Amino acid sequence: MTQTFIRTEMLPPEAPPARDSGAIKWLRENLFSGPLNTILTLLGLFIVYWGLSGLLPWIFGGVWNAGSLGECREIIAARTGGDGTEAACWAMVRERWHQYLFGFYPSDLYWRPTLAFGLLFVALAPVLFSQFPRKMFLLTLAYPAVAYLLLWGGSVWVPVMLILLVGAVFFIATRIGGGWGVTTFVVLLLLCFGNPLGNILWFLFRLVDALPFVAVPVAFEQSVLGFLAKIFPLFSHVHPWIHSILPWGLTPVNSDKFGGFLLAIVIGVTAISFSLPLGIILALGRQSDMFIVKSLSVGFIEFIRGVPLITLLFTASLLLQYFLPPGTNFDLILRVIILVTFFAAAYLAEVIRGGLAALPRGQYEAADALGLNYWQAQRLIIMPQALKISIPGIVSTFIGLFKDTTLVSFVGLLDPLRGVTMAVRADINWKGIYWEPYVFVGAIFFILCFSMSRYSMYLERKLKTDHR
Amino acid sequence: MAYATETPKENFRLSMLIYDTRFRSMTIQIVVLILFGLALSWLVNNTIDNLAAKGKTFNYNFLWVRAGYDIEQTLIPYTNDSSHGRALFVGLANTLLVAFVGCILATIVGVLVGVLRLSKNWLVARIMTVYVEIFRNIPVLLWILFIYVPLTEIGPEPKDFKVTQPMIDALAIEAQGGTLPPDAVTTPAASKVLFDTVAITKRGMFMPKPLLERPLGSFSIGDFTISFSVLAALAVVAASIWVNAQLRRKARVVQETTGVRPTTWWKSLLILFAPLVLLLIAMGFHLEVPAFPVTEAGVSQGFNFQGGFTISASLLALTVALALYTGAFIAEIVRAGIMAISKGQSEASFALGLRPGRTMSLVVLPQALRVIIPPLISQYLNLTKNTSLGIAVSYLDLRGTLGGITLNQTGRELECMLLMMLIYLTISLIISVGMNIYNQSVQLKAR
Repeated sequence: MTQTFIRTEMLPPEAPPARDSGAIKWLRENLFSGPLNTILTLLGLFIVYWGLSGLLPWIFGGVWNAGSLGECREIIAARTGGDGTEAACWAMVRERWHQYLFGFYPSDLYWRPTLAFGLLFVALAPVLFSQFPRKMFLLTLAYPAVAYLLLWGGSVWVPVMLILLVGAVFFIATRIGGGWGVTTFVVLLLLCFGNPLGNILWFLFRLVDALPFVAVPVAFEQSVLGFLAKIFPLFSHVHPWIHSILPWGLTPVNSDKFGGFLLAIVIGVTAISFSLPLGIILALGRQSDMFIVKSLSVGFIEFIRGVPLITLLFTASLLLQYFLPPGTNFDLILRVIILVTFFAAAYLAEVIRGGLAALPRGQYEAADALGLNYWQAQRLIIMPQALKISIPGIVSTFIGLFKDTTLVSFVGLLDPLRGVTMAVRADINWKGIYWEPYVFVGAIFFILCFSMSRYSMYLERKLKTDHR
Repeated sequence: MAYATETPKENFRLSMLIYDTRFRSMTIQIVVLILFGLALSWLVNNTIDNLAAKGKTFNYNFLWVRAGYDIEQTLIPYTNDSSHGRALFVGLANTLLVAFVGCILATIVGVLVGVLRLSKNWLVARIMTVYVEIFRNIPVLLWILFIYVPLTEIGPEPKDFKVTQPMIDALAIEAQGGTLPPDAVTTPAASKVLFDTVAITKRGMFMPKPLLERPLGSFSIGDFTISFSVLAALAVVAASIWVNAQLRRKARVVQETTGVRPTTWWKSLLILFAPLVLLLIAMGFHLEVPAFPVTEAGVSQGFNFQGGFTISASLLALTVALALYTGAFIAEIVRAGIMAISKGQSEASFALGLRPGRTMSLVVLPQALRVIIPPLISQYLNLTKNTSLGIAVSYLDLRGTLGGITLNQTGRELECMLLMMLIYLTISLIISVGMNIYNQSVQLKAR
C-alpha cells in the first residue's frame, strides 16, 4: 500500500524579496542601476539641494511689509545677521503690483481692464471648449468692440454702432447668399467704414490730371470729394450724431497710459486673433498654383521671417510715418499691433503650410470628386484637418508671440519686463533692486505660457482621431 | 451611326474670365498684380512726398562720413575716426560673433540636455525637464537681463583686485609676528578665478591672451592682416589630420584582413597633438595674463587691468542667455528626433551585437539627424535674429551701430532701416541655404 502525500490547502504566497519590490526596486531601477547612474543621481541630488537651499529661503523668507529697499534690507539683516540680501524684498511687488499689471492706467478705472480680461474668457470659452452652446459665438464676435470700449473708453455708441452695422450687413448678405452675398457684404462694409466712391474718384482725378492738356478744376474736385466725405463713411458720421443726443460713454484713457501685463495681453491677444486668418490666407497663397499669388506670398513670408522682430518694431515707430500719406499719425500701440500681426502671420503661415502638406493627397482628390469648389473644399475638408495637425505649432507660435511682446519696450512702450521694471528702479526707494522684479515677472510669464502649452497638449489629445 | 464631326465652336464671352476655370486663375493673377502694383506705387509715392516734406533725400553717402563714436568690442580695427560704413562692418562682425558662438554653445547644451532628458535616470530626466520648461516659457529678454544686471551691478570693480600699500604693510607686520588692528585688510576684495588668470568684473571678463614670442611675420592685403604663424598652425593641424586619416585607413585594412584591429589611439593622439605643441613651443607660445602693473614692493598701479583681452559683460550676458534659451528648444528637437526612431532599430542593432555607444552613433543618430536638422536650422535662424536683443544690454551689434547710433547721428531712418533689414535678410537666407544643402546631404537617398 502506497501512501501518497497530497497537500490539501495552499500555502500563502511569500512576499517578494525586499530588493525586488516597491520603493527599493524603483530606486534600484531608476536611480542606482549602475555606477554611472549612481554618480549622476548623486550629482543631481546635489544640484537640487544646492538650488533649493539657496532659492527657497530667499523666496519664502522674503519681506512683504516695507517702504523701501533699504528698509527691507534692515529687516532681513536684523533677522539673519547678514547684509540683508539673503531674502527677497517682496515689498516692492506689494507696492508696485498695480503698475506691473496695468502700467499707468488710472487706478480708479482698474475695473475696466479687469472686466475686459474676464470677458475675454467668456468670449474664448466657445472657441476653446466645445461643450458650450454655439450661440455664444455671437458674444465672441461682439467681444472686440466691447473690449475696445472698456479699455480705451469714449462714446458707448462707437462699439454699439459697430456691432449693429456689421450685424446688419452680415444679415443682409446672408439673405442674398452665394457670390453676390459676398460682394454685397464687401461693398456694404466699404460704404459703412470707408469712402470707396471718394477714393475711386480721387484716383480718377489724379489720373486725369496726369494727362496733358486736361485739368480738372480744383474747386470741382474738392466740392465732389468734400460732398462724398460728408456722407461717407456712414459709421463715422452716425455715431457722433447719436452721441450728441445721448451722450453716454466712459472716461477716455489715452494709449500712453497702457503698460505692464495689460499692454502685453492687449498686443498679444489682438495680434494673435488677427494673424490667424491672415496666416491661413498666406499659407493658401503659398500652396497656390497661381504663380503671382504664390510668389507674393513667399516673398512676404520670407521677408518677415528673415528679419528680427525688433527691426519690424522700429519700422512701426520710425518708418510708417514715411510710408503712409503725409499727416497720418495714429497710435503707436496700433502701429505696433499691425506689425506684430504681420510677424505672427508669417510664422503661422509656415506652420499651417506644414499642416496642409501633411494631409494625404487623397483628401484633396476626394473633395474634387465630391464636386466641391475650392472654398467649400477648404472650409469643409482641408482646413479642419490641416488646422488640427498644426495645433501644436500654432500654440507655440502664440506662446512665442506673447513672450515677444516684451520687445515693445524698445520702442518706448511700457512692457512688464523692462519698461515697468525700469520705472520702478528709477524710484529712489527701490533703486538697486534687481532679482525681485525679474523673478516676479518671469513667474507670471511662466504660468501663462506653461498653461497655454498644457492646453495645446490637451487639445491635441482630444482631437486625436487617427490610430497611428 | 452618326457622330458629331466637330464640337460646337464656343465664342469667347467676357463672363468666361470669371466662370471658366481655364481663364479664372489668369484673371485673378492679373487683378492681384494690379492691386499689388497700386499698393506699391502708393507706398513709394507717399515716401517721396514725405521725404520732400521733410526736406530729406535718399542716399547712402553718409556711410563714408566719419562716425565719431567708440565701440567697446571690436573684431576688426576701428577707431572713432573711422567711417559709418566701417562701424557697420564692426557691428556686423559683432552680430556674427554672438550668432556663431551662441549657436555652438546652444547645440552643445541642447544635445546634452535632450539626451539626458531621455535618460533612464529618473532624477536627471526630471531636472532636465524643469530646465527645458523654465527656459522655454520665459522671454529671452528676461534671461539676458537676468544675467547682465547682476554682472554689472553686483560684480567687483577692477580696483577691487588691486594690492595696496596698507595690505603690504599689514602682511609685513603679520610676518614679523605683530598684532594687526581689527580692521586691517591683507588681501584684495576680489581675486581672479581659474588659476588666477580670469578676472570677472563689472566692466567685463578680463581673459588671458595667447601671444607668440617668435612669430613668423605677417603680410597685409588691403585692410586685412594675415599672420604666417596662424597659417603655419593651420597647415600643421591639417597635415596631422591627414596623417591620422592614413593611419586609421591602414588599421582598417589590417582589421579586414586579419580580423584584429591594431591599437591606434595613442598613435592618433601623438600625431594629432605633438606637431602642433612642438610648433607652438618653437614659436614661443605663452599666455598674457591681465594684471595691474606692480611696483617693486608689490603695490598695484593704474586704474584697470593691462594686457590680456576683455569680453564685455554685454557680450557675455547676450551669448550665454541666447545659448541657454535656444539650447532648451534644441533639447526638445533632439529629444523628439531620437524618439522618432522606432525602437526596432536599436533592438536590431543590439541583435547584431553593437554596443549601446556604437548603436547610438551608427544607427540611431544618423537617422535622427534627418528629423532634427530642419527644425534645428530654424532655431539657428532664431538665435541669429535674437542677437538684435543686444539693444537691451547696449551691445553694439549691427542694430546698435547701423540701426542705433549711426541712425540717430545722421537722422537717416529710411536708409539705415532698409539697409539693416537687407543685411539681416541676407544672413538669414545664407544660413538657411547652407543648412538646407547639408540637410539634403543627410536626407534618405531614394532607392
